[in-house]
Order: sequence, then structure tokens, then C-alpha cells
Amino acid sequence: MLSIKNLHARIEEKEILRGINLEVKAGEVHAIMGPNGSGKSTLASVLAGRSEYEVTGGEVSFNGKNILELSPEDRAREGLFLAFQYPVEIPGVSTINFMKTAVNEVREYRGMEALDAVSFLKLMKEKMKLVEIDESLLKRSLNEGFSGGEKKRNEIFQMAMLEPKLAVLDETDSGLDIDALRIVANGVNKLRKKDNAVIVVTHYQRLLDYIVPDFVHVLYKGRIVKSGTKELAFELEEKGYDWIKAEADAQTV
Amino acid sequence: MTTELKDSLVQQYNTLEHQAETEILSDLRKDAFTNFQVLGFPTTKHEEWKYTNLKQTIAKAYELGSPASLSEADVKSATELPLDCYKVVFVNGIFSPSLSDIDHKEIDVRLFGKADQELINTYFGKNLPYNDSLISLNLAFATQGTVIHVKAKKAVVRPIVCFYLSDVRKTNVFAQPSVLVVLEEASHAILVEINRSIGTHTSFTNAFTHAVLKKDAYIEHYKIQNDIDASSFINNTQLLHEGKSISYTTTITLNGGLVRNNLNITLNAEHCEAHLNGLYLEKGTQHIDNHTLVDHAKPNCFSNELYKGILDGKSTGVFNGKIWVRKDAQKTNAFQSNKNILLSKDASVNTKPQLEIYADDVKCSHGATTGQLDEEALFYLRARGVGIDTAKKLLVQAIAFDVVDKVKNDDIKAYLEKLLASSF
Repeated sequence: MLSIKNLHARIEEKEILRGINLEVKAGEVHAIMGPNGSGKSTLASVLAGRSEYEVTGGEVSFNGKNILELSPEDRAREGLFLAFQYPVEIPGVSTINFMKTAVNEVREYRGMEALDAVSFLKLMKEKMKLVEIDESLLKRSLNEGFSGGEKKRNEIFQMAMLEPKLAVLDETDSGLDIDALRIVANGVNKLRKKDNAVIVVTHYQRLLDYIVPDFVHVLYKGRIVKSGTKELAFELEEKGYDWIKAEADAQTV
Repeated sequence: MTTELKDSLVQQYNTLEHQAETEILSDLRKDAFTNFQVLGFPTTKHEEWKYTNLKQTIAKAYELGSPASLSEADVKSATELPLDCYKVVFVNGIFSPSLSDIDHKEIDVRLFGKADQELINTYFGKNLPYNDSLISLNLAFATQGTVIHVKAKKAVVRPIVCFYLSDVRKTNVFAQPSVLVVLEEASHAILVEINRSIGTHTSFTNAFTHAVLKKDAYIEHYKIQNDIDASSFINNTQLLHEGKSISYTTTITLNGGLVRNNLNITLNAEHCEAHLNGLYLEKGTQHIDNHTLVDHAKPNCFSNELYKGILDGKSTGVFNGKIWVRKDAQKTNAFQSNKNILLSKDASVNTKPQLEIYADDVKCSHGATTGQLDEEALFYLRARGVGIDTAKKLLVQAIAFDVVDKVKNDDIKAYLEKLLASSF
């Protein structure tokens, strides 16, 4: 589904990704962990097409397409979804109105007919239930005045509406208490299918208690320095990142 | 070149003075004309006109006082509006009773010549905050002004829509509608002003609306400006508040070549309220200038002002918001905000809040910002599959709807929302 080969990227003059290699297949959950500043969020942003980052080398193929050449909206229409670490507040645009536009633009791209008001409402109600979000929240201006938990739940609601093939969750656990974390993780789990995949970007292991990964990768200084299964996440939780840093630094010297 | 229009105005004034209607407002008009002759058209050397240049507008030749030439059918299509309303039709600046649609049991609308002269002489053009040459020019020719009179305790539910139509099918037209609105005690009215040019020549309008709100009166006053690019529209609006009266003014400019709105509100008694909302959407080479003045002359009054601008292309915008809090006006609450978004590198806006506070126990605030669309918000929308143009549209609409959202009348709000949706 997703194939990243030797990806290099920088912001302004600073090189942040220095040769990422990653293969994600349908049905899999990958966790990307790593210390602060290792490039986790950069990777998520580069995949989604944030323009501040310049890709200086490597390839990213998503279902056979080179997505680096696509605009952010076309990446989304191809089935890529980024759940933001810091969802943006947009006064005057309601989530419902925004989602109606987004869902129909995605459908148009895929050669499907636009949803009429009734079908859209039906879809919305179904997904609202799935992620346990209240309609009154969705009628309000996008994320404006939402609590941290409400914002993240809104991200997962949008993910449910758009039914992406690959969802990248960028530090979705940050700023959440344990109840909010459980609701958000449940939402993600309910959306898992054989033909879609999830990349969970996180600093801590605790989210992975709820969204159980098939693979865990550790990012350090812009490279994946260690890959393993969920046991690796437990090891990191217990021992911290220093031993991995030492191991990786020893190899590069 | 630039004196041409002024010269022909002098000539027209002299002709006018030999006509029968000459007694109407004769002293006021004489003084006003002398004043205009001294001051002339404002130039960019004038502090209040620094960013709005009338040079090109006044360099053109105009038909002055050309008679009404629009047929009923022309007027019908030009005044089509999805609103249940009264239509007060002006053609080339002059009120046409026969082309209007008014229920005289509800409101009294008449030409100055047929109106209560005492009412006109008491209020029209009196006690203005500025010595303004263009108001003077309007007053000088106000023999065929119009008075809209709402009786005490009368609540006129249907909006009263004044259409200022300029017939520019054959020639350039200079028009000067003069309107006096008197809301008697505890009356209630919704006034809408719409200017439209019919044809492709240039229209130049210098309108003056003087509204008097007596004790406990309530007005919603809308200006909806969506005219052709070959139009220059200057209007002066003076609202005089008496005791406990309330005004909601909404000025929405969606199109027009050059627009200058001077909105002056005098809070002349205690416990008055003025709410001012404005929105200007500009593109191409349009120029839209909003000058507002809220004069807190008496204590315990409230004013709240929000103007937003969205500028694209090579358009230019001006916002100048004055608040005067006079020495007596203790316990004043006065707030003002002006926010601008520039959608292109070539668009620009000059914004200037001006607070002059002479009382010491007041609450006043003001803020002015100019920026671009939020890149982060744009990326967020795009990352969910919304194309860049639609995403921009959503964000721009959100800014505009924030102003329209404050509109009190539901029918007018719905009309404005529709108008806005088709403007992007």
C-alpha cells in the first residue's frame, strides 16, 4: 500500500528526514516512535503534503502512485488521511458543512455521484455513533473552543467520514486524558479493516495499549534505527530512548 | 479639466434658482452652495480624502438632472428583490412616486415640495458634525428631496427599500438623491438603500441620507451596494439619535468601481445604542472607502462597530473609524474592530481607528488587523480532500458570514447570504 524509499526532507536549511525506508501493507498497523525532534511529525507532514517541507530525495509510492507529485487535496482523495497533532480552529466553518464539501469532492475525484442531503445525514449519524461524538459539536465552528479531547474525536470522526485507505495519526494521544484516549482509540479500532492501514505516530507507549500495532519502528535523527513488534514499544516504555540513541550513534560513528 | 463638472453645476444651480421650487430650503441651499463653491470637490490633499481620489470621476462629462426615462418594465427588472418590501424608486436621483410601490397607510413618503415644510426645515441638513463639501453639494440641489416619515408608535414591519437607479444607457449621469427619514417616538422601521446603474456608461452618485430617531425609535439601516464597475458612488449618511433610540446599520459592498461611504452617527441623548456592521469584498481595480464616525455626545450610550474587508486583485480599501467621546459623555461604552484579509499581493488597505476621548469614566476599545488567509487552516481543509479554490472560498465565506450573521432581519439575512454565495 505505502512504500517509502530513502526519503529525505528538510525545512528551510535543516535536514530532518535522512533516508526513511518503510513498507506498509493493507490490514497492518505500524507505530512510529522516537524521542522528541527525531522527525516523527515531519514524516507525517511530508506524507500529507505540507508545503513548508521540501523533499530532497527518495520516493513515496501509495497504491502505485507517486504521491509526492500530488497536491495535499489529491493525496486525501487518493485515500490518505492525516489526523493532526494540533487540529486547526476555523471560525465560521462548521464541521458538518466542511465535511459535506470534503466528502463530495473526494467522491467526485473517484468518479462517484455527490451525496444528497439525506444520504449525507444518514452517513454522518452512523459515523457519529461510531466515534461517540455529539451532533451539537459538529454544528459549531470547526474546533473553535473545543477541548483537547473533542478536537481529537473530531479528527477521528472526519476520518470515519472519509474512509481512508491509510490513516496517519500524528500524536493523537497528546493532551488526552485516559477516557478521551480510550474513546479515540476505540474509534480508530472500529474503522480498521482488511483493506486499510494505520500509522500511529507517538512518543509514548500508552496509546499502543489500545491501538495494538503489528510493527513498531523507532525514528532517530531522521532515520528508522530499529524495527520490531509491539514488544519493542514495551521495552521503550521501560528503558526510555537512551539505549537506542547509544546503539544508533555507535553505528554511525 | 477637473473644474468642468463644477462649472456645469454652478450653471445648473443658477438655472434652478429661477424655478418655482426655489423656496424649498432656500437659505440652507444658498449657504450650502456657497460652501461648495469655496471648498470644491475634495482632493487627496484633504486629510479625509487622502486615499480616495475623485479626479478621474469628476473629470468626466455628465448629464445633470436628466429626467426620468426608465419605463415601468425597466424599473421592475431593476428593482427585483426576493423580499416582501415597499419600494421607493429614485431615477437619476429623483423620487418617482408612480414607479414606486408604497402603502401610504403604513408610511408617508413624499417629495419635499409636497411635505410638511417645518419638518424639513427643522431637521434636514442641520447639526452635521463636519463641514463637508459633498454634503453641501447635495443640499444645494435638494429642492426635489424626499422625506420618509414614520408616525409615532408605528412599527413598519416590511422593509422600506430605496432604489437609487441611474439610467446610463445613453450617457454618463450625475445624480444626487436627498433623503430625510424621520422616525417619530417609539416607531420602528427597516430602511434599505440599494444603488443600481442601468447601462454601461458612467454613473456618479452623491447621495445624502439624513435620519432622525426620536425617543425610543428603532431603525435597521442596510446599504447593499452591488453596482457596475463604471460607477462612482458617494454617500453621506447622518443618523441623529434622540433618547433611548437604537440603530443597527449594515453596510455591505460587493461591487462598484469607486465607493465612498461616510456614516456619521450622533448619539445625542442618554441610553442610545448604535451597532455598526460593515463588509467590503473587493476585486479587480475597485476602491471602497468606509469612513465612520460615532459621536458620543451624551452619557450612558453604547456603540459597537465591526467592519471586515476581503480584497483581491489590485483593489484598494480604506477604513477610517472615528469615535468621539465628549466631555459630558461619561459611562460611554464604545467598541470598534476592523479586520482585513488580502487575497493577492497587489491588493492593499489603509485602516485607521481614531479615538478621541474627552471623558474619563468610559470603556472604549479598538483594533485593526490586516493579514492573509490562514495557511494552516487552508492546509487543514486541503488535507481532507477539499480543493484549494474551494478551501479559500470556505474561509473567505466564513469571514463574510460573520458580518451577515449579525443582521437582525431574517429575510434580509437570507437575501444577503444568497448574494454573498454568488459573489465568490
